[in-house]
Amino acid sequence: MPSLGADMDSGTLLEWFVKPGDEVKRGDIVALVDTSKAEIEVEIFEDGVIDELIVAPGTRVPVGAVLATVGTAGAPPAPAAATPPAPAAATPTAPAPPAPPAPPTAAPPAIAVDGHRVRVSPLARRVAQQLGVDLAAVTGTGFEGAITRADIEHAVAVASPPAPPVPAAPEVAHRQEAMRQAIAVLMARSKREIPHYYLELQIDMSRPLEWLREENLRRPVTKRLLPAALLLSAVAHAVVEMPEMNGFWVDDAFHPGGRVHLGVATSLRSGGLIAPALHDADRMSLEELMAGTQDLVQRARAGRLRSSEMSDPTITVTNLGDRGVDLVHGVIYPPQVALVGFGAVRERPWAVNGLLGVRPVVTATLAADHRASDGHAGGRFLAIIERKLNTPEEL
Amino acid sequence: MTAGVQTTAITYREALREAIREALSSDPRVFLMGEDVGLYGGSFGVSRGLLAEFGPERIRDTPLSESAFVGAGIGAAMAGMRPIVEVMTVNFCLLALDQIMNNAATITHMSGGQFAVPVVIRMTTGAGRQVAAQHSHSLEGWLAHIPGLKLLAPATIADARWMLAPALADPNPVLIFEHGSLYNLKGELDRDHGPVDIDRAAIRRPGSDVTLITYGGTLPAAIAAADQLADAGIDAEVIDLRVLRPLDDETVIQSVARTHRAVTIDEGWRSGSLAAEISARIMEQAFYELDAPVARVCSAEVPMPYPQHLEQAALPQPAKILSEVLRMLGKGSGG
Amino acid sequence: MTEQELREAVIAALTQVAPDIDPAAIDPTIGLAEQLDIDSMDFLNVVVAIHERTGIEVPERDYPKLSTLDQAVGYLAAAQTQHAPS
Repeated sequence: MPSLGADMDSGTLLEWFVKPGDEVKRGDIVALVDTSKAEIEVEIFEDGVIDELIVAPGTRVPVGAVLATVGTAGAPPAPAAATPPAPAAATPTAPAPPAPPAPPTAAPPAIAVDGHRVRVSPLARRVAQQLGVDLAAVTGTGFEGAITRADIEHAVAVASPPAPPVPAAPEVAHRQEAMRQAIAVLMARSKREIPHYYLELQIDMSRPLEWLREENLRRPVTKRLLPAALLLSAVAHAVVEMPEMNGFWVDDAFHPGGRVHLGVATSLRSGGLIAPALHDADRMSLEELMAGTQDLVQRARAGRLRSSEMSDPTITVTNLGDRGVDLVHGVIYPPQVALVGFGAVRERPWAVNGLLGVRPVVTATLAADHRASDGHAGGRFLAIIERKLNTPEEL
Repeated sequence: MTAGVQTTAITYREALREAIREALSSDPRVFLMGEDVGLYGGSFGVSRGLLAEFGPERIRDTPLSESAFVGAGIGAAMAGMRPIVEVMTVNFCLLALDQIMNNAATITHMSGGQFAVPVVIRMTTGAGRQVAAQHSHSLEGWLAHIPGLKLLAPATIADARWMLAPALADPNPVLIFEHGSLYNLKGELDRDHGPVDIDRAAIRRPGSDVTLITYGGTLPAAIAAADQLADAGIDAEVIDLRVLRPLDDETVIQSVARTHRAVTIDEGWRSGSLAAEISARIMEQAFYELDAPVARVCSAEVPMPYPQHLEQAALPQPAKILSEVLRMLGKGSGG
Repeated sequence: MTEQELREAVIAALTQVAPDIDPAAIDPTIGLAEQLDIDSMDFLNVVVAIHERTGIEVPERDYPKLSTLDQAVGYLAAAQTQHAPS
């Protein structure tokens, strides 16, 4: 069972797309997994022949469990899973290309700040797992200060006041609840572990938008570009020049992401948020990026993302401009180290060379992990994004 | 049409006597044998009057040799009788342990099933009556270690009255432990109740917050503790094990799965006790249901003191059960 | 296309992009973006879907003219007469 996100500790295998004896190639979609946030298509990372399907559909198994064995054609089957083995937390030196840089999952969060093991009753641990509660965030009131079921339930109640009943199918309601919990766990972890620093820069968008307007005039409706595509592309290109913003903070060290897999924060219409990866966004033309984003958003909302898209964004972009806000101070998606936010593009008074004009302006913000980078680098990063936006023809 | 339930006020001792009387009346193979069971009426008065009623053939006083008369009872059972052997107290059953363990418990097995040993051995157990270190043992846990035996611990008037018949009907040797503090227990007996099962534990008080697991002489303490806990807003379930071997895991595990907390209360010493066995089974079968470690309230690991205040201090008391439950719930030591 | 057909086409385009909305609940006089939680990408997809259903290609500068259901229907009706297929 692959880790399809830093917040995932188990998944339910929904469907196999292969059977024993089938030949598979790296990248083939072999199974469908429910992570409680979404249904994800799982890709295989090795060429070979499916030897045995170990986990039956409908079964929930922990991350790292072997789902199936794959043999190389003609060779005895190796106990390789349809996934890299348990997300290797300590393989930062592995060259990026062959293995997906699966962000290491959190170790069972049972170590207190003072290094002592947190006492958790077996029942509380089980309930916490079911509800997706991070034990490190719960205060124990039981026997010798142990965390009990009541403590977990209290933590959940405090974290998420009971939602008003929605006329949704129970399954949908459950999915939404689970997603809320998953987001709660991840964002709490981010704010607890990551020393965020925030920078913002107002960027004059007149040149890129003018370029876009002219570009779109030449394009049929199906090929039109959105300003969002420019913003995403600018970040993807900028981060190539600022590799310290692109990667993961794991085990007290920064591990560069290598390639640029842009996490696109996507709100789901039913509520909730998901930030799947747009792979190699820095190498895409604007048209490819636009199509890729549309495809990604559509599949995210349909709940049909692929495993690699869920697990390996190297930096995330959130664009709340459509919702009319001026700027967003984002929360970094662990174990990533940076998140770029964009507000609405608005006409504003803008002074240039001693003259006041009215320009379309967007506020770009950076939330970055101070363990991995400093404000100086962050400032340069935003400046590079501005420069990239002002040369849209190169995007 | 049945009228309302017919009940009679009766003591635990009288209930035991009625059970023996009924067995003697209904089955000519049944006889009672032991030290002072005849003329004296039994060391605890259980068999008073039976000698006159049934005669010396069936109410037999024996020499002071536990090994001899327990062995005789085993032989009689193998030969087709249904003996009830009274060993005055569990302390003296140690003198008959070879007969119980090496003969009664093994003969069915050793004979390839040719011989059953349908003997019933009754004995008083427990402390609390200032009879000091040699006469206050609770060795049920030791005997419950032995495969081939069935162990019963009637803790209520009804069980005292109704457990004997199924024990005699059982083809295996059955040991019945009567706690010394229960003989004078008074209560209403349902005349029409009829034989009870000797397989299952009983929930004496349903509750949802914690399970108190006990048997025999400590049942009243557990009930008293549960009442005090109720005053504190804690709803305790009390399980009376009734059968100490083989243990009824199902009732215990199902209860713990509901309450998620368990305290075992056992007058035996803590080390190697029945309480330890139950705790282990809960851990084996309900680990992921537990919201706190299983707690044990047992007797202090000392030879039982003679002075009353020290003896009471050494025994499981409601206050100790109460404080264990409060500690388990994170509400301090309770003082 | 009649105005009713155009209205149905717009609603079909909206439900294609946002399957969870209840067509009967749409207030034709209130902004669609706010009412149906439609973002710029959703809106672009709506425009594409309208194009597929009606053949009318809405230029980017006219997007603000489609902000409510009534406006969109009115705009498409007008566009239809101007660009009647020859």
